Amino acid sequence: MLHIINKSPYDRPAFYSALKTGEGAILLIEDGVYAAAKGGVAEAKLKAATDKFKFYALTADLEARGIADRVVDGVTLVNYAGFVDLVAEYKTNQSWL
Amino acid sequence: MKFAILVNEGPYTHQASDTAFNFAKAVLAQGHEIFRVFFYHDGVNNATRLTTPPQDDRNIVDRWSKLAKTSELDMVVCVAAAQRRGIVDDGEMKRNGKDATNLAPGFRISGLGQLVEAGIQADRLVVFGD
Repeated sequence: MLHIINKSPYDRPAFYSALKTGEGAILLIEDGVYAAAKGGVAEAKLKAATDKFKFYALTADLEARGIADRVVDGVTLVNYAGFVDLVAEYKTNQSWL
Repeated sequence: MKFAILVNEGPYTHQASDTAFNFAKAVLAQGHEIFRVFFYHDGVNNATRLTTPPQDDRNIVDRWSKLAKTSELDMVVCVAAAQRRGIVDDGEMKRNGKDATNLAPGFRISGLGQLVEAGIQADRLVVFGD
């Protein structure tokens, strides 16, 4: 399952809820990219879950928020083409709205 | 691969419409097919041709209309959500006794069954909203 998170971890617990599903891939978009920020509130939980989840973040949204140069190690940056590839790769996807 | 896209948020209030548009363009650029884009809830506000943003801002409605034309997209607006928010085509104008229409080119008003069908017919359905 590909989990698409567009909520900041400072705002709503969508990122943490997705982690509780056990395993899969998590794509951070829009304000969701704040979960990938080094020194951010979600950093420890993200790092602790890298053995169960693959993490991706949308580059354009990281750049729009000025944090593209401080992304936690283990998060793969993707562009919109990469977003499409991830949706195609995983049979199911869930937007955590 | 066939994609379907669901847009649940209006333009200029949330990034969802922008993300959905960029995603749709990338889907087509990758050589995939878009079975349908369905606009639901406040997403129906993407379909008013009366939108007039400042000249230096993106025109979200025109952008969808142009993409629909160049890529022959099927863009469907939920009728019940549209009625509530004043998104009107010729048929709805007559049926509801209104004096104007405002549906932008490339969009059509139809029912929720179109979303269900998109979910069945497409290989992937991706939801954009708040």
